[in-house]
Formats: sequence, C-alpha cells, structure tokens
Amino acid sequence: MSHSSGAPDAALPGSGRRVALFATCLADTLYPDTLRATVRLLERLGCTVDFPHEQTCCGQMHYNTGYREHAATLARRHVAAFTGYDAAIAPSGSCAGMVREVYPGLVGDSEIPERTYELSEFLVDVLGVVDVGAYFPHRVTYHPTCHSLRMLGVGSRPVRLLSAVRGLDLVPLPEAETCCGFGGTFAMKNAETSTAMLSDKMHHVLSTGAEVVSAGDNSCLMHIGGGLSRMRSGVRPLHLADILASTEEAPWAPATR
Amino acid sequence: MGSRNPVTWLGSPTFPRAARETLRDTQLRGNLRHATGTIRAKRADAVSELDDWEQLRRAGEAIKDDVLSNLDTYLVQLEEAVTARGGVVHWARDAAEACSTVLRLSRAAGASEVVKVKSMATAEIELNEALAAGGVSAIETDLAELIVQLGHDRPSHILVPAIHRNRAEIREIFRREMPDVDDSLSDDPRALASAAREYLRRKFLSARVAVSGANFAVSETGSIVVVESEGNGRMCLTLPETLITVMGIEKLLPTWQDLEVFLQLLPRSSTAERMNPYTSVWTGVTPGDGPREFHLVLLDNGRTSTLADTVGRQALRCIRCSACLNVCPVYERTGGQAYGSVYPGPIGAILAPQLGGDMHDPHAASLPYASSLCGACFEVCPVRIDIPEVLVHLRSQAVAAKGRSAESSAMAAASWVFGSHRRYEAAQKAGSLARFLTRDGRLSHLPWPGSKWTDARDAPVPQAESFRAWWRKNRG
Amino acid sequence: MADARSEILGRISSALGSSAMGAPRPAATPVPRDYQRSRGFDDVESLFVARACEYKASVHLVESAPETIASTVDARGMRRMVAPDDVPESWLAAGVDWVRDAGMLDVATLDSCDGALTGCALAIAETGTIVLDAGARQGRRVITLVPDYHLCVLRASQIVGTVPEAVAELDPVRPLTFISGPSATSDIELDRVEGVHGPRTLDILLITS
Repeated sequence: MSHSSGAPDAALPGSGRRVALFATCLADTLYPDTLRATVRLLERLGCTVDFPHEQTCCGQMHYNTGYREHAATLARRHVAAFTGYDAAIAPSGSCAGMVREVYPGLVGDSEIPERTYELSEFLVDVLGVVDVGAYFPHRVTYHPTCHSLRMLGVGSRPVRLLSAVRGLDLVPLPEAETCCGFGGTFAMKNAETSTAMLSDKMHHVLSTGAEVVSAGDNSCLMHIGGGLSRMRSGVRPLHLADILASTEEAPWAPATR
Repeated sequence: MGSRNPVTWLGSPTFPRAARETLRDTQLRGNLRHATGTIRAKRADAVSELDDWEQLRRAGEAIKDDVLSNLDTYLVQLEEAVTARGGVVHWARDAAEACSTVLRLSRAAGASEVVKVKSMATAEIELNEALAAGGVSAIETDLAELIVQLGHDRPSHILVPAIHRNRAEIREIFRREMPDVDDSLSDDPRALASAAREYLRRKFLSARVAVSGANFAVSETGSIVVVESEGNGRMCLTLPETLITVMGIEKLLPTWQDLEVFLQLLPRSSTAERMNPYTSVWTGVTPGDGPREFHLVLLDNGRTSTLADTVGRQALRCIRCSACLNVCPVYERTGGQAYGSVYPGPIGAILAPQLGGDMHDPHAASLPYASSLCGACFEVCPVRIDIPEVLVHLRSQAVAAKGRSAESSAMAAASWVFGSHRRYEAAQKAGSLARFLTRDGRLSHLPWPGSKWTDARDAPVPQAESFRAWWRKNRG
Repeated sequence: MADARSEILGRISSALGSSAMGAPRPAATPVPRDYQRSRGFDDVESLFVARACEYKASVHLVESAPETIASTVDARGMRRMVAPDDVPESWLAAGVDWVRDAGMLDVATLDSCDGALTGCALAIAETGTIVLDAGARQGRRVITLVPDYHLCVLRASQIVGTVPEAVAELDPVRPLTFISGPSATSDIELDRVEGVHGPRTLDILLITS
C-alpha cells in the first residue's frame, strides 16, 4: 500500500473513515481519470479508500431497459461486493440513485442502499465539507444531472462545492434542470429525439461562454461532451471530481486526461 | 366484444419513427417550445404560492389510492346516489359499448346533432366517429377541440389538444371552415375566441343533447364535477334537455370533502391558475334547473386490467392535468401526435399501453421507451404518479412480450460479462484495442448500432488501461 | 354473457385480488389531511378584491347595493337585464328593462337580455371566486350564462378564505357554479385571454357595511 502517508491526520474531516469506491462500470472502463481524482480527493480529506475488485456493474442499464432479472442478478453481486463497508461512494448520481432508490425493490433487505452516496452528498453531508481545498482557475458551467437532481435530491451541494473552489468562475447554465437527452439506452432507441435534446443543451452550454461543462455523472458528460466534440466547440466536459481534486500544488491539466 | 381498443390510433408507427417525422417540423417545434415554456413558468408560480403543496399532493395521492383499492364499492355507491337523484347509470365494458349507449340515448332524445364538452374519455373511445356512423354529428365546443375538429386534425395535448397550432394557423383554419368568418379575421387570440363564440352560439342555444366527460364524481353524494374555462361546459351542462356524461370508472372521489384537495391541485397544475374560470357541480337532475334527463356512462375500456397491475395501476390516479406533458423534454420536441394516442406525453406513455392491453403491438411497446427517465414528470404530478417507475415496469413487459431479439441477446451477453469481474476485465482489455481505430483523439464513426450514437456525437475513446487495472498495478 | 355492470364489478374484484365485494381490503394509506384548511388571512375582503381583479373581474366596494347597481349598469350601457324573481325590488335600477325569472323564461328571452343581476352563495378570497348555488337571489344556472354580462352582489360576510372552507359550506346536491372572472381560454398558445362563451364581463359589487 504505497498511498498511505503515515499516521492519519485526525484534523481532517475524513480521518478514520474507510470507504469503498463505487467506481461504476462506465468510469472504470472509459473515465479512469475521474476515479483517480475521486481517490485523490477523498484521501486528501483523510479517508482511506478501498476498491472492491468484485464490483462490475450496478445493473442500471439492464433495469432501465426492461431487463429486470438480469438487473436483479447484478444487483445481488453488487451488494455482496460492497458488504462490510460503512460507505460506498460513486462519482455518479445515476448509479448511486440506482442502488439507493431501486435496489430496495430489487434485492430486498440490505444496508447497502442507505450506505451508498453520490460524491457531493458524501462530501457535504457525511464529511461536512464544502471547501475541499481545490484550485481550478477556469470558467465553468454546471449541468445538474437528472438522477442526481430528482432521484437523489442532491440539490445545491455540487454548486456549493464548486463555488468554494479557488480561481473557479462559475457561470449559471440556462435551463440547467432540463435533461441533456442521454437517458441510457434512450440515446440509442430514440436517437433523433435524444439529439434534439442534446442540441438545446449544447446551445445553452455555449451561451455561457464557459471553457468547461461539469456534472456529477460521466454518462451525461459523455453525451454532452460527445456533441460538443463533434461540433469542435472547444468546450471541455469535466467531472465534478476532476475539478475538486485539482489543487494549486497538483493542478488539473488536460494532459492527465 | 373483442374489438380493438381505439386508445391508440390504428396504424400508428412506433414512437421513434413517428418522432423522426415530427422533429423535422420546425413550426411545431417552435409552437411547442413557446407554449410549454409559457405554461411551465406559470405553473411554477401558481404552485409556489401554496406552502402546503406537498401535503396536498400526498393527500391527493392517498385519496386516489383509496378510490382504487375500493373501486367497486365506490362505484356502486355512486350509482345509488345518482339514481336516487333522478339520473340513469349505464355501464360500458369497452369503447364500442360506450359509443353504442351514447348513440342510442342521443337518438332516443331525437337529436341529429349533439354538443360536446371537452372530454378525454369520449376522445379515447372515438365517440365522434361512432356517432357520425350512426347519423348523429358531434360538435366540439371547447376552443382547442374545435380547432382540431375543424382542422381535420388529431389532438396533441390533453388539456389543449391544438397546442401544436399557433395563432396564425388557427386563423387559417377558422377562415377556411367557419361560414361567417371572412379574411378580415385577425390572429389576435381575442378575435379568434370571439369567432368561436359566434360560430357556436346558435348550436348551444338549440342543442337538445349534450355529451360531457367528468373531472370528478363524488361517490357519497352522486355529484359530478366539470372544470373548464370558456363557458362552453356550462352551456352544454345547463341548456340541453338531455345530458350524457361519459366517465372513466377511476374518476371517483369518495367524499365531497375530497374535492377541497383536487380543486386546489387541478387548476394550478393544469392551466396554472388559482382557480379556473368555471367549475360546475350537479347531482342527478334538478327540477327546473338544467337538463331534464341525465345519463351517466361508466367506462371500463382497459381500466380494470390496468388496476390488476399493482405497479401500473397508479396511472389511474391521473386527473388529466397535463403538467407532465408541459415539463417533458421529449414531448416538447416531438409533440403529442408522435405518441399515436389521445393520451400523449409521459402519462400517455404509461396509460395508453396499459389501457390498450397489448404489448405485442410494436407501437404500444415503443411508448414506455419514449422517455429519458429524467423524472421531471413525477416532480410535477399533482397525484404523485411515479411515471419513471411505471415506464421501467412496462419496459420489462415489452421485453417479455418481444421474446428473443438482438437486444435481448446483447443484454444477456452483457449480463454474463458483468457476472464475473474476471470476464469483465478481459472484456475491458479487448475493448481497449479499439483505441487504435481512433484518429485525432476522436471516435466519430462506429458501425451499427453504435452509429446511432456517432451519427450526432463523438464516442469516448477507449482507455489503454481501465481504472481497476491501474489500481491493481499501483495500489493493489 | 354477464351484463356490463356485473362484469365490470367482477373484473374490479379480481383485479384487487378479493372475491367478495365489500369485504375489507388491506387499507390504502390513510388520507393525510395535514394541508391547511384555513390559511389565516388577515383581511379576506382585500384579498378577494385583489384576486378577483387579477382574473379581470371588476370589483366595486360599496356600502349599499341599490345606488351602485344603478350607476354600474348605466355605465355598462345595460338596457335589458334578467334577474331572479327574489332579488329585492330596490336592486332593480330605473332605466333598465328588467325581466324577472321565476324559472320559466325560455332561452330566446334570456338571449335577448344584455346582462344578469344576481346574488351569490359565497366567495373564496384566495382564488377570487364567487360561487352560486341556485339559492336565494341567484335563480337558475342559465340566467348567469346566456347574457353577456353578469353583475353579482356579494356581502363581505359571505367571503371565506380558502377552497376547503368553501367546500365545507356548500351543499353538493344543489347545482353549483364556481366563477373566477369572466369566461376565458388558454387554448391559443397556452396564453390566457378573457371572453369566450360565458359572460365576457363580470362586475362584482362587494357590500362592505
């Protein structure tokens, strides 16, 4: 364990907490930087972070597409993988929402749903921090993803976290609470409608003049960012965790992505 | 009876195909963006005025759940109360039975023409078409319904069926279809409303039979409630000698007191008003005041089979306010006609397939997928219908009805891969090879079905190393 | 085949998973009635006036009805009006051809009237609504519907604060009409405009004494 830097600092908000990283299959495979950033951030706040290797996918895609049985099998796997941890933290409102809101009806009695947190919830509610000591000197707009907003009810937590980041210029996103059109397999099954929603979201992002569009879900960012990239818009999608992990000593840089 | 349930329109394409067409209609897109944007802001204001809105929603939900759990008891109670006050109650298992009942009653009253109050139930059973086939013409008197009828069009919204038309288009329809209207008619909404007043006035004053729906029916008293704005409802409910009301069996409220909840929830959710201009309440027949004959047709048409589904039955709480349509990002872009049913939008996507009762029908089976599951509908629903929950539930019924497909095989394969972290890791490694397909750090062209993504968006570039591989190497 | 009534009732029973109708079923959640019945408004009169005016009704505060009725109908240019036969004689302003309805007037006669004069059962401050229940000084529903103008006399003591307070006072088996402003529609671009089939002008005389 090379990451341990000696005795835990009791003054840090996360001191003495051993938490599990709920990586999500999407970030594990496509956005490992976000997960490294999440680990850096949590460790900086004093937490000890574990990665339960048995985890794969929470089953959300199967569940939302109508494959409930497959989803239930995956849900049972997930619960087993995370048993024994006080907290499982996902840099995703939608995967955390799946576990917390849907699992009770899918796997029955389990403590895992209530011990599962979306990153901003864990930081603000459990660790009690809003200023995480981050530094990110860029103009940023924030898209509140539907599941973090309406399923989990994270409310203003991400915006409060971003507002406390030094150097960050946070610009409000018009019609922020409207869906970007991702919706999992919706983007494939109703591709044209999804694209119509995406184009409006991109229009609003561009209207802010931000360099970076941030969100708490890499899935939605993959969608918005995929559209912005196709337009060669020059606006970068970046997960909340990547921004919060960035410090003056170790600032986020495009090369790390 | 076994005839096809007309709640979904015969021959409708699946939602994605229909949406492909409607998304291209720039006029429609503009009209809907404007109309839904207007009403969304107003609704938010009307709702934020009441600090007990959440308590009212919870009460509304509980009252409707009580109705559904004791539906037979309350229906019999309603029947007794209506009959005791001089009304006649009819029961209709399906659309055909309801239509033939209304036709028979209209003929018995000697009417060749009936005036109609806007009613979703009669639109659902295609009553106008059935009456026309029987030689009785039905005149829609609600302004938006009239626009749809005169435009030989189909409805696209529950509250405002002509929401897809703007003032200029409405003016054109009126100029073309109203005999006394000339080219000088302006597109000012006031002038258009006034033209409708002139056009319908004689019909109201001479009608012998009116057909209405019901917003609520109070079981304990037999009282029927119709909520409206224009006064066309009052005209129909008070002037003709015979009134025929067609209502879905779920429109009940157990007690008169319950109305205090719904008269707050409905206007604010639907037209974003503190109170709509007119609400009429009547109980059976009142001698000397209003119709001399009152018939109440209680319509099943798929409601009892919806009731049998413990997850899906919450759709029967719906009070047809349209708030979910107005906030839905899918509806706003595709319009209502893409749903191929008199019930469009989020509520339509769960109601139409359940009432229709045939998930083997590709159109019906496509409706539960007409949503990104963003949850905006649930947030505004005055009776707390968890529409995303029901959408997902119906998706699993659609999957079951479809049986084996390319998708089900892919899902099974994905499930097998995710079923073991070793298989999953191997798949990640295989996938990372795809990074060599990318140029300039972008992935812009994937083969089908990935092309559905890359038609409009770049895809993420596979990583050389997954997070778990990195963790094992550096932290494990 | 069973008749429609028994078949539908049978379908409901089986959908709910119980055999005998009326047999107790697992109770749904008890209805939580923790919403507000009264909102404790300080001044329901002013609130009513403000809310009714927002919906484009005109409210005139007066100490006694007769003079104001005369000036109001005169200002509106009323020549022929209908009133139920139990409104006080003192309400029937000079200069207007009054038609009294005892429940017998035909629609053509009503259609020949410029306006209608009635009292009401109560009013709701929060929503700016007047409610008619075909009781004293109100007559049949049709009176306030066919003519294009409605003048309604309301006593301050008839104003309640909220919808629940109104519902509690009303008798549901009477024919009821809740009126909030003149007739209106939102059917064109979801924007409200006043004036469709019902009376296009609504005046309310609020007697404050």
